Amino acid sequence: MAEATKTETVSSAALRRQMLSEFWFYFSENRGAVIGLVVFIALVIVAVFAPLIAPHSPFEQYRDAVLVPPAWLQGGRATYLLGTDAVGRDILSRLIYGAQYSLFIGLFVTTLSLTGGILVGLIAGYYRGWVDTVIMRLMDIILAFPSLLLALVLVAILGPSLTNGMIAIALTLQPHFVRLTRAAVMAEKTRDYVTAARISGAGPFRLMFRTILPNCTAPLIVQATLSFSNAILDAAALGFLGMGAQPPAPEWGTMLAEAREFILRAWWVVTFPGLAILITVLAINLMGDGLRDALDPKMKRS
Amino acid sequence: MFGFLLRRLAVLIPTFIGVSIIAFAFIRLLPGDPVALLSGERVMSPERHAQISAQLGLDRPMVVQYLDYLGGVVTGDFGTSIVSKTPILKQFLALFPATVELSLCAIIIAVALGIPAGVIAAIKRGSAVDQSMMGIALVGYSMPIFWWGLLLIILFSGILQWTPVSGRISLMFYFKPVTGFMLIDSLLSAQKGAFSSAVSHLILPSIVLATIPLAVIARQTRSAMLEVLSEDYIRTARAKGLSPFRVVGLHALRNAMIPVITTIGLQIGVMLAGAILTETIFSWPGIGKWMVDSVFRRDYPVIQGGLLLIAAIIMIVNLIVDLLYGLVNPRIRH
Repeated sequence: MAEATKTETVSSAALRRQMLSEFWFYFSENRGAVIGLVVFIALVIVAVFAPLIAPHSPFEQYRDAVLVPPAWLQGGRATYLLGTDAVGRDILSRLIYGAQYSLFIGLFVTTLSLTGGILVGLIAGYYRGWVDTVIMRLMDIILAFPSLLLALVLVAILGPSLTNGMIAIALTLQPHFVRLTRAAVMAEKTRDYVTAARISGAGPFRLMFRTILPNCTAPLIVQATLSFSNAILDAAALGFLGMGAQPPAPEWGTMLAEAREFILRAWWVVTFPGLAILITVLAINLMGDGLRDALDPKMKRS
Repeated sequence: MFGFLLRRLAVLIPTFIGVSIIAFAFIRLLPGDPVALLSGERVMSPERHAQISAQLGLDRPMVVQYLDYLGGVVTGDFGTSIVSKTPILKQFLALFPATVELSLCAIIIAVALGIPAGVIAAIKRGSAVDQSMMGIALVGYSMPIFWWGLLLIILFSGILQWTPVSGRISLMFYFKPVTGFMLIDSLLSAQKGAFSSAVSHLILPSIVLATIPLAVIARQTRSAMLEVLSEDYIRTARAKGLSPFRVVGLHALRNAMIPVITTIGLQIGVMLAGAILTETIFSWPGIGKWMVDSVFRRDYPVIQGGLLLIAAIIMIVNLIVDLLYGLVNPRIRH
């Protein structure tokens, strides 16, 4: 009898561990997802240790080294591995510091739109009625505009800066989280375990956040990865249009905007920042595909 | 079906009113004096300020101003640009064909390549062909298209010198727009070389704009096909001895296309709203570049009217897609 109770208490933690290992089993089966994860971890390391890794300061202008080509080309110098830009700044160092920007943008925008979206979605799905109608009409209105255009206009109103850009992008990404959360809440709300919790006296807050929310996480995680890469792309696009991070910030999109007039003379000032964006976004999307397959029970071949 | 249409419209109209409130409110939310912003005059005497304020109707209550604006919108009056002093609707109608032409070319490329790629990848699931195709699709899906456009310009306009860098047609050609579509107008003009010039201007922007929809369509076609191919009726069709070509082409593809058509429709809606980045990179004189230019010129009436027109286009296209979807898939109507 005593032994039976013991196994009961163990099983909750063991179950979680088992679920995690099962998740890892399906995730690691996807080669692309693992590659994406490795690249992403490498990017995080580069961003965190940027001051140690970068050979030069990202802002230092070497007047004797303007538009120096990459080291392996004729005229290149070993100290500027990927060449220098139009005012003599080391491109590699700027790219390394740029990783800080992109990862921070992804994290900040995703956190903002995820928490906002979950909160609003929970309320809409739990209370329904006119609250739900008003919220969902509002989301429809946001979705009626192309996201980049809406972000551009918002930034034009708030004033061009990285912070305003991130807020604007978060706002355009938020409706997806609201819709997902609401749909999941509505599906879960009528299930027996929720009714049981309500009958045992759980209040609306506990029902929303402790009972229902943990069972809606899978689609939200997948959407969060998507938002992470979208945020990086949109912020880079805003920077490219001159409405995101402002020069001399080594943000990759802003670097591209500064490099635009040199595209036919110095290909390297254009190629490398874009490549950095592509690799980062690709790594995150690879992980996202892996997460979706591992978390979606339909895809499992059990 | 009629009830379905009515229900969709019942949702659409409040959304449109909401959109118009947002577009109207944007300018009032701006820091600074709306009279100065809307007239484009920075420094003015108090008398001039009062005069313009009365002229623009800004001295009236906000609700009256909004209703007046909405009344104008319903009759096709979206206001006047500060910079060019021309009616916004007129500007929009002059630029819209350029965006439509670019969007149509891009969507044709995306559909013509994306659907076959998705079908082949699904049939050869797990093979090297499938993996490399889906790898390329994911790269396309992750592409910062403003950079992709610059790369293509470096290669095709810079190094190879095959295509021009910007615009819709070489400046040496001039003819009156008949349809607004450069490909058709250049043919109608019967000027030697005009058509090929129009094509060479169109090709790079179309490829750039097609990239992401192409990747999305290929990925979605593949997953829809995989789902359909595992259905019982496909096994039955195979068991009956139908040729693989018939099974895939007739039975599977037709059912797999239902979700893909929705995606294509939504992509068209987004494209018609103006490809901000593509049009900016290639100086393509369409809706997207118009909006970006207006943002930089602080031409607020144009931003306001443009937002409204663009949202209206997207909503109309989405409504058409919904109705088509209802026609193809009767289950959705209820």
